[in-house]
Amino acid sequence: MLKIENLHASIDDKSILKGLNLEVKAGEVHAIMGPNGAGKSTLANIIAGKEDYDVTAGNIELNGEDINELAPEERAHNGVFLSFQYPVEIPGVSVTNFIKTAINETRKAKGLDDMPAKDMLKMIREKSELLEIDRKFLSRSLNEGFSGGEKKRNEIFQMAMLEPKLAILDETDSGLDIDALRIVANGVNKLKSKDNAVIVITHYQRLLDYIVPDFVHVLHDGKIVKSGDASLALELEAKGYDWIKQELV
Amino acid sequence: MIDSVSVATTFRKTLGEKGIIFMPISEAIQEHPELVRKYLGTIVPTKDNFYAALNSAVFSDGSFCYIPKGVRCPMELSTYFRINEGGTGQFERTLVVADKGSYVSYLEGCTAPSRDENQLHAAVVELVAMDDAEIKYSTVQNWYPGNAEGKGGVYNFVTKRGLCENNAKISWTQVETGSAVTWKYPSCILKGNNSIGEFYSIAVTNNYQQADTGTKMIHLGKSTKSTIISKGISAGHSQNSYRGLVQISSRAENARNFSQCDSLLMGNKCGAHTFPYIEVKNKSAQIEHEATTSKIGEEQLFYCNQRGIDTEKAIALIVNGFSKEVLNKLPMEFAVEAQKLLEISLEGSVG
Repeated sequence: MLKIENLHASIDDKSILKGLNLEVKAGEVHAIMGPNGAGKSTLANIIAGKEDYDVTAGNIELNGEDINELAPEERAHNGVFLSFQYPVEIPGVSVTNFIKTAINETRKAKGLDDMPAKDMLKMIREKSELLEIDRKFLSRSLNEGFSGGEKKRNEIFQMAMLEPKLAILDETDSGLDIDALRIVANGVNKLKSKDNAVIVITHYQRLLDYIVPDFVHVLHDGKIVKSGDASLALELEAKGYDWIKQELV
Repeated sequence: MIDSVSVATTFRKTLGEKGIIFMPISEAIQEHPELVRKYLGTIVPTKDNFYAALNSAVFSDGSFCYIPKGVRCPMELSTYFRINEGGTGQFERTLVVADKGSYVSYLEGCTAPSRDENQLHAAVVELVAMDDAEIKYSTVQNWYPGNAEGKGGVYNFVTKRGLCENNAKISWTQVETGSAVTWKYPSCILKGNNSIGEFYSIAVTNNYQQADTGTKMIHLGKSTKSTIISKGISAGHSQNSYRGLVQISSRAENARNFSQCDSLLMGNKCGAHTFPYIEVKNKSAQIEHEATTSKIGEEQLFYCNQRGIDTEKAIALIVNGFSKEVLNKLPMEFAVEAQKLLEISLEGSVG
């Protein structure tokens, strides 16, 4: 589904990704771990299409198509979803209105009509129950005054509504208490299928106890330096990132 | 009016059957001199301010509207002002009188094509709502705002004021998107007991426009109520200010006011300012004031993009959400036009 080859990227002339390779197939869950500043969020934002970054070499393919020239909304229409580390507030736009617009714009891009109101309401009800989101939340302005945990749950609610092919979860576990973590992980697991894929970016093993990865990659100094299965995350937890740095020397 | 000369106003005959007078003020002065003389200049006297004096001296035309006792005007009355000639000033004078128990909804649209030099628009609007009457006055203003470098554009200095007698109500609703510089404070003198004044406004500034607009609610009678909802949207290098006065006089028992001033900044180079003046001389008054400031920047737009919403649609979504409360107060045809106007005036404003 996603194939990244030799990706080099920089921002403001500062080089961040220095030859990153990654392949994610449909039905797989990949975890990307690494110390602060390694480039994890940069990778997530580049796949999503944020314009601040310059891709200086390499390519990114989604289902065989080079997406480097595509605008972020076009990538979204092709099934890319990014759960943001720090979701922004959009005052005056309710959660419901926002997700309705997102769904219908994507349908429009595919030549479909707007989703009928009845179906939309049913879907909103289902997915908000899945994420244990109170109905009152839905009429509030997007992310305005939401706690960290509420923002993350709202991100996964949007993921549930948009049903992406490739979901990238950027430190979704940060700021979550144990209960919120369980709810969010449960939501993600329910959405997993053999037709979609998930990339989980995290510092900690904790989330991976709930969302069990098929592959774990360690991102260090702009490259993926080590890959393994779920047990690699446990080893990292035990030994710390210094262990990796030493291994590379 | 085009170039200060009135263009045909609508449906004069149907209105005539109800006794409603709606005609260019120049004609009204000929046909109904006693009515015009009774009210003209009573709400905005010639000495009120420089531009009102100028207008009083040179006004060439405008509208006169009179609704007889107990009559509910069956349709929205509208006039449309356009300045064509370069380098001129346009001075209209509008007078709307709603006699006891009557109702009228009046729409005013303003536009001017682009020109290099500046043009002046100094209008005066006087509203009189007698006992139990109601006047709804809506304006959508799109005077040429100057080009992207701030050259040219209309100077819009307008004096608008309404007087409410007992149990009367005046609502000012405006969507201001144009003119290079705007000074405009539609106001209500709440003279009568139980009278109500309302001000709903969206003011958009882009490029190098400057807007200083707001309202004055003067509470004189007993149990008067005023509501102010002002939404300012600034983009480009513009400056957008709300300047409002809520004045409760010593004899205004049980006055109530609610004011909400929200500013939306688009990008990093514009400014939004709020100057709320509150003068209370009676202990029984209840005044509430809320203000918010928010910013739309690249982060919000990227968030929308990532969810499949392109930038143009995202700005429309955000601006509409912000302005909804005021747009809902406009008569329907105006609301749709105003929404589109908002989107157009903010094109290219972020990034």
